[in-house]
Amino acid sequence: MSCACEIDMSLAGGVLDSMEEKRRGEGRSVTTQDLIPLLQEVQAAYGYLPPPVLVWISEQTGIPTSRMYGVITFYSQFYLEPHGRHTIRCCQGTACHVKGSKRIGEAIKQELDIEEGGTTDDMRYTFEAVACLGTCFLAPVIMIDNDYYGQLTSNKIPAILASYD
Amino acid sequence: MAHAKLTCPDDLAAFRGQAREVLNAYRARVLVCMTGCRARGAVALGQAFRAKLAGAGLDQEVAVVDVGCHGQCSRAPLVLIEPDEFLYGNVEPEDVDEIIEETLRNGRPVERLCASENGKVAAKRDDVAFYKHQSHQVLRHCGRIDPRRIEDTVAQGGYEAVAKALCSMTPEEVIDEVREAGLRGRGGAGFPTGIKWGFCRKAPGNEKYLICNADEGDPGAFMDRALLEGTPHQVLEGMIIAAYAIGAGRGFIYVRAEYPIAVEHIGIAIEQARACGLLGEDILGSDFCFDVEVRMGAGAFVCGEETALIASLEGERGMPRPRPPFPANEGFLGKPTNINNVETFANVPIIIAEGKERYGALGTEGSKGTKIFALAGRVKDTGLVEVPMGATFREIVFDVGGGIPDGREFKAAQTGGPSGGCVPAEFLDLPIDYDSVQKVGAIMGSGGLVVMDDRTCMVDMARFFLEFTQDESCGKCVPCRVGTRHMVDTLTRICAGEGKPGDTDELERLATVVKTGSLCGLGQTAPNPVLTTIRYFRDEYEAHVNEKRCPAGVCKNLITYSISEETCKGCRLCKKACKVDAITGEKKQVHVIDTPKCIRCGLCMDVCPFKSVLVS
Ligand SMILES: Cc1cc2nc3c(=O)[nH]c(=O)nc-3n(C[C@H](O)[C@H](O)[C@H](O)COP(=O)(O)O)c2cc1C
Ligand code: FES
Repeated sequence: MSCACEIDMSLAGGVLDSMEEKRRGEGRSVTTQDLIPLLQEVQAAYGYLPPPVLVWISEQTGIPTSRMYGVITFYSQFYLEPHGRHTIRCCQGTACHVKGSKRIGEAIKQELDIEEGGTTDDMRYTFEAVACLGTCFLAPVIMIDNDYYGQLTSNKIPAILASYD
Repeated sequence: MAHAKLTCPDDLAAFRGQAREVLNAYRARVLVCMTGCRARGAVALGQAFRAKLAGAGLDQEVAVVDVGCHGQCSRAPLVLIEPDEFLYGNVEPEDVDEIIEETLRNGRPVERLCASENGKVAAKRDDVAFYKHQSHQVLRHCGRIDPRRIEDTVAQGGYEAVAKALCSMTPEEVIDEVREAGLRGRGGAGFPTGIKWGFCRKAPGNEKYLICNADEGDPGAFMDRALLEGTPHQVLEGMIIAAYAIGAGRGFIYVRAEYPIAVEHIGIAIEQARACGLLGEDILGSDFCFDVEVRMGAGAFVCGEETALIASLEGERGMPRPRPPFPANEGFLGKPTNINNVETFANVPIIIAEGKERYGALGTEGSKGTKIFALAGRVKDTGLVEVPMGATFREIVFDVGGGIPDGREFKAAQTGGPSGGCVPAEFLDLPIDYDSVQKVGAIMGSGGLVVMDDRTCMVDMARFFLEFTQDESCGKCVPCRVGTRHMVDTLTRICAGEGKPGDTDELERLATVVKTGSLCGLGQTAPNPVLTTIRYFRDEYEAHVNEKRCPAGVCKNLITYSISEETCKGCRLCKKACKVDAITGEKKQVHVIDTPKCIRCGLCMDVCPFKSVLVS
């Protein structure tokens, strides 16, 4: 969808430089062993993993893109498409399930008209279901970016969602 | 604050003396949980305390400390006042003035913020029922120290176990001590830790690795999160001692990415330990060298399994492989590797500092020490609970947790997450340890304990767990990939009211195949939730299959919503909330749900202020 010329490669360059420096300190170079932290940092820089950037990193490090693709598709926290400005993480862990998290998820889907893993057309929200945010005492709980909302009922969802732009 | 490098145990003792002096300069301390309680406004609360104490001119006498989890999370945000030991819950910034005036100036508790036990105020922490029945060993410093300041840990005796091990014990002596203490792995399987270390020590090769498993994949568990956030140096200490025992030079902490505060705190702890010479070259003047790196997970439950975790560290897809060879012989990069859980490491400094006898005084014959549980679900007090091994479900759920709210009835406790099972009321008095829980078909697991009451449908629970494991199955072996899929399909049918006679037997048969045929622990344990619910709640399966009825009123296709004529006030909130216009009724008149139109989303039930929406 996006062409390479629009993407600022210097971000990836910065990530790669700092990782190379760190590895040099340990007396080695960046290898496939570093693939996951590398992808995590690239994703933190761009908000997702733009394919042209991956190609560029592959050229720099010699890690094949096929290898990257295998790893990216295995782990649920890597995205090849841009994400919304805010990420809603709706807990579907055991404690939250017992306390009715299904209904919370349904309410979010209805309110935003998206599916799990989807992003709203206006790029405002991406909606993910996750298993346990480690705040089970607040069940059922959602997290929007770094904010927690706990002890929810479905009727509270519209107001919460309206408070982000 | 960075401290100069400590080059011998005496340096550590001197550092400890200084750190204590700094602490003792204050006559009182306000300990605000700045981890889990952040979700309920702890940040603003901490700011209010700091600003108002300064305003009152008390900031030189009273310290405000950001600490880890106090345990009783259901009353978040929590504040503990030392030395009075008053524990305040649900504290708002507006309460701060009163706390300063009453407690910090006059030494009296603010009773409205205290817990009450049978109508009586329990101001002091240890008088609160939630704490009275616990035994804090591993958690003793959690909630008492600022996890981002190494001085606080050192003041409490932190790193003394490291000094003792490195400077006065041989690696073999360390291993023997841990083995004889009877420590078993807290990650779920309960393998004896000392024996595992011994394997790795004896494995040939000079290049060895140590891994701390902080993936905490069990959905409904937060023990490891609390330890890393609240007392990260204790975990590091355990790792340094373990690395010394097995002869590892490099270690990893593999933390799940859903835990940003844990990642932050352990990162700070590592930097400080390095600055103090407690990580790196020649630790405390010994010739032992060890350093640690944090790696973040990327959202795959199976990466909690040790061989999958190692694959992930190597930059691969997180797929398990058959064992043997065990990681102790062939682990990270094919080198001998020892992997333990966070809580296992957190136990180690206690064993080394206090000795195996004292450690083994708590617990049962086969399981020594204490266990931390994350108590959640339908129980009054949720939070972090540490009890001796051998405590019963009743003690945890009723004595500590205060029982089931809303006058409901206890139905089952789920332990061990997706690998565990549902333990019914008949086993409330079962002493919990590795072996006893296994005998009733579940596992103690890593410590997640989710309580269920009569509103929980056990078939739906089984489906929930199977959906989880099915989704997380890495797909490498057929019994797990295909078997769990079939089980989910069958369970989904039963929950939808389309179950057929014989489905339950078929589920049991499939469960056995998946259990025996799968490659790794994920598949081998995935059927446990199904098997235990069939074993103890077969009547619920039969009600779904034969009578098309969900006794708990959960499964959508098997329930109908209605509005009580007696209690409906005609406030119209439900009518406004309904997205499919299934509710009719005039203002101040009883409302009615049009069942064929109703999609059973439950929104009406959530908005009704009079609890008039009923399920049958
Ligand atoms: C599917 C699966 C998931 C696991 N998840 C975890 C986990 O999240 N944390 C953990 O410590 N151990 C987990 N384990 C157990 C580890 O494989 C390993 O036994 C453990 O980390 C060893 O540490 P311990 O001996 O200290 O318990 C998991 C095992 C399986 C099969
Ligand atoms: S189950 Fe939802 S936060 Fe743990």
